[in-house]
Amino acid sequence: MILTLLKREMKVARRNWIGLAIPLLFFIIVVSLFPFAVSPEAPVLQKLAPGVIWVAALLAMLLSLEQFYRSDYQDGSLEQLLLMSSPTSVAISKIVAHWLLTGLPLVILSPLLAVLMQINYGSTGSSHTWVLMLSLILGTPTLCLLGAVGMSLTLAANRNGLLVSILIIPLYVPILIFGASTVTASLENMRYNGELAILGAFLLIAIVFAPFASGRALKISVG
Amino acid sequence: MANGWRWFHQLGSPKYLFQKTGQWLPWIWAATLILLGVGLYYSLWASPIEVRQGQGHTVRIMYVHVPAAALSMIAYIAMAIAAIVGLVWKMKMAFAVVRSIAPVGAAMTFLALFTGSVWGKPTWGTWWEWDARMTSELLLLFLYLGYIALHASFSDRSKADKAGAILAIVGVINIPIIYFSVKWWNTLHQGYSVTEKGALDPAFQTPLFLMLGAIYLLFAALVIMRLRAEIILRNQKARWVTEWATGAMSKRGES
Repeated sequence: MILTLLKREMKVARRNWIGLAIPLLFFIIVVSLFPFAVSPEAPVLQKLAPGVIWVAALLAMLLSLEQFYRSDYQDGSLEQLLLMSSPTSVAISKIVAHWLLTGLPLVILSPLLAVLMQINYGSTGSSHTWVLMLSLILGTPTLCLLGAVGMSLTLAANRNGLLVSILIIPLYVPILIFGASTVTASLENMRYNGELAILGAFLLIAIVFAPFASGRALKISVG
Repeated sequence: MANGWRWFHQLGSPKYLFQKTGQWLPWIWAATLILLGVGLYYSLWASPIEVRQGQGHTVRIMYVHVPAAALSMIAYIAMAIAAIVGLVWKMKMAFAVVRSIAPVGAAMTFLALFTGSVWGKPTWGTWWEWDARMTSELLLLFLYLGYIALHASFSDRSKADKAGAILAIVGVINIPIIYFSVKWWNTLHQGYSVTEKGALDPAFQTPLFLMLGAIYLLFAALVIMRLRAEIILRNQKARWVTEWATGAMSKRGES
């Protein structure tokens, strides 16, 4: 069931690929603003890099949320989907599709931003880039899961867009803290396993609760 | 056992709840004012000034700050419990309670942040420090405001109630996570030395406990007043509301 729903999400997304590319473009452009605003010097950029890249990723994830819920809600197909299967499986398919189409591309694009932000300045290999990618791989699914709850809650609300950001950003703070500090720890040549493990723990907690909560919220919004 | 839960079910009736809270309210207000009066007397005049950390009179801010901060968290937990009651037992009055607590809780959170900031300026020399407690209190304020904003964005009240309830529950799961992650975040790189202190001197205990009690009662009184307004708002079309509004109920002594 979930696979069928997921295929549907993919098909819808393929026909609207521009809409999916915009958050990714946003991700790159926001990060490239910082050298202009702060300083183009490599040591400064390197210090800022974990925070800037993580904040930009978080905002890009928030921006792309609308795509997966809004139009389905407005044209009534969400109601049909909820009649067809359990709300939790609808929520799961949307969360997985959101991650595959936004979270994963963000992870793939992050080495480019790592280069722009001089993340490997002063070191010979590219280990910091790998750590950044790892932290994003573990962190972005949690962002998708929490975002799904917020988006499902606000679907039937009169004003949206910004409302979902207000609800969700406080809940994103722990992920942001540990996501960015994983990379910072790596930059300072310290161990970062602990931070990664906590990101993984957040992900597991969110996997347990978020699909259910999001499903309930979808039902309330539609019902 | 059959009657053991009766009081609970009765609370689900808007009319019953309205009448009961109407009877409690004057007593709660009286107790609040007495305790607040005594508490303020102790905390503003009859307690010593702090000398060990050189705080002087600024220590008096603590008698408002500590109760407000304690209450801000308790209030959010109370909100989440009411939300669970509402979603599980489909009790509409529980949603009215959630909605009544939110603005008062947000005000308490703001009060805690504001008094903390005023105290921090002379004591630490800064209005704001990104320490774990302050940061999680700030995020708590955002959670309250998020609930209020979400509830205000629906035209359908029952949807607003349920969506808000889910948000309150998700928020309460997150409060410990937020608290511990901010705490760890700040202690990862440097420790902070501001909260280290010995046991509280008895001279400071009396006013603090009096004020704690006073603020709890004040909170209860304010929430009950909001709840009563909320009940009237939600049952505008009920006959007993019309009767109450035209004064028929008070003539019969039902207040």
